[in-house]
Amino acid sequence: MTAQGFAMPAPGREVAGEQAQPREEELPEEEPLGDDALVDLGAWQKQLAISAALEDLDTELVGIAPVKTRVREIAALLLVDKLRARFGLEASRPTLHMCFTGSPGTGKTTVALRMAEILRGLGYLRQGHLVSVTRDDLVGEYVGHTAPKTKAVLRRAMGGVLLIDEAYYLYRADSERDYGQEAIEILLQVMEAQRDDLVVVLAGYRDRMDSFFTSNPGMASRIAHHIDFPDFTLDELVRIADLMVAQESHRFSPEARQAFREYMALRMAQPRFANARSVRNAIDRMRLRQANRLVAAGALVGRDDLIRLEPVDIRPSRVFG
Amino acid sequence: MRVTQGTFSFLPDLTDEEITAQLQYAIDAGWAVAVEFTDDPHPRNNLWEMWGLPMFDIADAAAGLGEIRACRAAYPHRYVRVSAYDSSYGRQTTALSFIVHRPPDEPGFRLDRQEASDRRVRYTLSPYATREPHGQRYGEPRG
Repeated sequence: MTAQGFAMPAPGREVAGEQAQPREEELPEEEPLGDDALVDLGAWQKQLAISAALEDLDTELVGIAPVKTRVREIAALLLVDKLRARFGLEASRPTLHMCFTGSPGTGKTTVALRMAEILRGLGYLRQGHLVSVTRDDLVGEYVGHTAPKTKAVLRRAMGGVLLIDEAYYLYRADSERDYGQEAIEILLQVMEAQRDDLVVVLAGYRDRMDSFFTSNPGMASRIAHHIDFPDFTLDELVRIADLMVAQESHRFSPEARQAFREYMALRMAQPRFANARSVRNAIDRMRLRQANRLVAAGALVGRDDLIRLEPVDIRPSRVFG
Repeated sequence: MRVTQGTFSFLPDLTDEEITAQLQYAIDAGWAVAVEFTDDPHPRNNLWEMWGLPMFDIADAAAGLGEIRACRAAYPHRYVRVSAYDSSYGRQTTALSFIVHRPPDEPGFRLDRQEASDRRVRYTLSPYATREPHGQRYGEPRG
């Protein structure tokens, strides 16, 4: 027996799993405007709660200036389109499917998450959640398995953003019997017929994505926005590290920051470098060594010792070897 | 005779917009929405056939409406209903259930009176449609 007994549970209860967005108050009714009306764009933008998402994008993500500019442009276009509709001007619903290209760890998923919030704020998405999938989630293992699988994923993503990571794996040019093509066809159909219900974002490496679009012209023509994510510079990586460390209530000592900088410079040149993800992994390993250092010393430990990361936590890395 | 069952049995049939609003209510409450169909709508028949698995992981009503439309298209001569199951501990029951599609022609039910001992009468309802075999009721074409 729960606390509420047998009473009808109210809606809005926490839904487990998926990043469910808290339901805010309904948007105010948008009355049509007269020919000579004036609208305060700034205030309206605030009202639609997209300013907050755009600010999050700025503060949360270091660098990737061209991406931020593009997201702002798209948000501005959608905002103006909405305003045009209120003046009774022609404003068809634009195609919102996007393609994010860039190396791993350059913030594609995070930007997709913010994009979903912005689109929800503007009323282009009803729920604004993000469903992130790869080929395995869409393509089946035997005949007749793919369609239900892909449809189930699409059902889950309805009202939100479907992010397909490394989308080019859907299409295998070398195998005629691959089921990926079937998934692509279902995707295309839904991207066209249910444009109001979900936004599809394809993500992956630039060059492979280009060849994917070459072999799937139908897909290319249905994607309106191509956004390229640049790699981070060394300075940006160190700033990201500072942010991540601060988030976990840790702090670099000045020498440790210098050591981390040297580490990153070396790591960037190595294979399988994954930008912000490599930073995250390096910090995790530093925390591991810090804990080990403290335990091994067995001495008195204060609050500051638990927070501070020292050069000895990063120097033993294989990268310096 | 118009068969009525479930949560909104006293109302006229819901429109697709109203169905969408109800589905969204159920999803927001954390209930799993399922689509079921049957050609035996006897009030005691609780076990309708399932149209796919219950949708445990959807966030938006559009997904549920899509399944309802697909089920209607596949079985235009049968009853289709939506049920929402509340799995929360202490409740664990169907929280919402309503008919979203009915056959074009509903002949209704026959009432049988059985004369029992001492002039007692036993009543039985049976749908006229169930005289036909399963799959051929309510004017469903053979196939």
